Amino acid sequence: MIEGLPALYIFMLSAFTGYEVISRVPVILHTPLMSGSNFVHGIVLVGAMIVMGQAEGVLQLTIGFIAVAMAAGNAVGGYVATVRMLEMFQHKPKANAEGAK
Amino acid sequence: MGYIIDAVYFLTAAIFIIGLKQMSSPVTAHRGIVWAGIAMVVASLATFGAPDISLDVGSINLQLMIVAIVAGSTVAYISAKRVAMTDMPQMIAMYNGMGGGAAAAIAAVELVRLSAGAESHGLTIQVLAVLGAVIGAVSFSGSAIAFAKLQGIMKKTMRLPLHQIINIGLLIAVIIFGYLVATGAPVRFEHVAIFFALALVLGVMVTLPIGGADMPVVISLFNALTGLAVAFEGFVLNNAAMIIAGTVVGSSGTLLTQLMAKAMNRPISNVLFSSFGSDGGAAAEEEIEGSMKEIQANDAAIMMAYGQKVIIVPGYGMAVAQAQHKLKELGDLLEARGVDVKYAIHPVAGRMPGHMNVLLAEAGVDYDNILDLEEINPEFPTADVALVIGANDVVNPVARSNPDSPIYGMPILDADRAQNVIVIKRGKGAGFSGIENHLFYADNTQMLYGDGQKAVSELIAGVKALQ
Repeated sequence: MIEGLPALYIFMLSAFTGYEVISRVPVILHTPLMSGSNFVHGIVLVGAMIVMGQAEGVLQLTIGFIAVAMAAGNAVGGYVATVRMLEMFQHKPKANAEGAK
Repeated sequence: MGYIIDAVYFLTAAIFIIGLKQMSSPVTAHRGIVWAGIAMVVASLATFGAPDISLDVGSINLQLMIVAIVAGSTVAYISAKRVAMTDMPQMIAMYNGMGGGAAAAIAAVELVRLSAGAESHGLTIQVLAVLGAVIGAVSFSGSAIAFAKLQGIMKKTMRLPLHQIINIGLLIAVIIFGYLVATGAPVRFEHVAIFFALALVLGVMVTLPIGGADMPVVISLFNALTGLAVAFEGFVLNNAAMIIAGTVVGSSGTLLTQLMAKAMNRPISNVLFSSFGSDGGAAAEEEIEGSMKEIQANDAAIMMAYGQKVIIVPGYGMAVAQAQHKLKELGDLLEARGVDVKYAIHPVAGRMPGHMNVLLAEAGVDYDNILDLEEINPEFPTADVALVIGANDVVNPVARSNPDSPIYGMPILDADRAQNVIVIKRGKGAGFSGIENHLFYADNTQMLYGDGQKAVSELIAGVKALQ
């Protein structure tokens, strides 16, 4: 079980880690990084699956279904969007079109 | 089995952190997201074997779960693949809203279970579930509004009379019902329902008055909030991967929101409460629109290194700072990366015709790349970056636009027509002629303050760091 003081420690250290990891990011990467961290909280899928696995009755199952579907959407959509954006930063081939002038 | 799954969650959290770290540099970013993606898939698959759920192969829960995963993934995959790059921000808002909604729904299932008489895991857990639920629900409905606004479904910024007071009233109501749910023993179902309804309305009401231009900052804020909601629900479910990943996103997202607001020159408080006491004052600034935006050297370096074409506009300030050798070094580095580098020389740059050409030639710049006004001006619109160093009046667009200006009619370099303009400048003062330079206030202009030679050295270091 994670509870009490250890839980608080995990929370604090994770918060500092997040702050530290991002602190020197260039402006052009702001949007891809936002998208990337958007993908990372798609881990909520794991929680949605656990909750749905324990669900009993129509109401709980319905809410659980919504939770899993939305969480899966968060994870997959976040991933694809981030990859598409980062593909624009793949290094371009040398463009030596000097013949214009 | 339980230990293996715990180990998977632990590794997932670690890889997420490393992945985010890699995503903060353009060189490693792609690797970072791919690693994080693999970790996510493994963690999800492992969850099927988690002891908390003990699924029978034939159970309705498992069947519906797989349907939900396939449905959610398919919709998101297709929409993310199809959407145009310009529409990406609202898609991020939508996926983020889904995550917030999922966190709120997790809390809903837990709270509904409690209201149906399940055993409570204690007050702390109930409070955390409620906190995560509020944050997740606000993030969900707020992101939906953000999506609608950016998509153009909802055009206007809507503001009810007494909007702020209504919001405060809503917030108080959410707190009251949240308190009732969190401390309820047993939890009453009606309280849970009203609580979620109020939280969703709050998210809508908070987002409605915010204008479209500020939306990226707001989306980033909701992103951080979703992370926090996921972390809280992680405590409820006793899931380390959710706690760590959610908290990391919560804090990095908060910092990212601040950085974005700063890059846009808009304090977050302005974004959230901008609707109050704004307007006016616009006319007072003597028709200069916009404001000066500062840029850091490594950001400027990345912008140039990943561009196709960079035009360097040196002026008297560069000569004073003796920055031409450094400038040549920067140009060579960029060319080595495949960037097309040109130098634009204004006839009066350096206040002596030919001064600049000489200085650049002395530094070893190829003559073919040094172009004068008539040759280079048509090229600015195709340039990704115009780097203005120590030049001021010769790039001031008022010479074209304002007949009352003392320099009206002077031929200028059209640096303002480049996609992005980076201006290296010692301080905020006006140029030789004492005229305010409207270029510095343009939307596509960013200021890099500092001594010419030092600033260029920092740019060189920034470009080198990318190799």
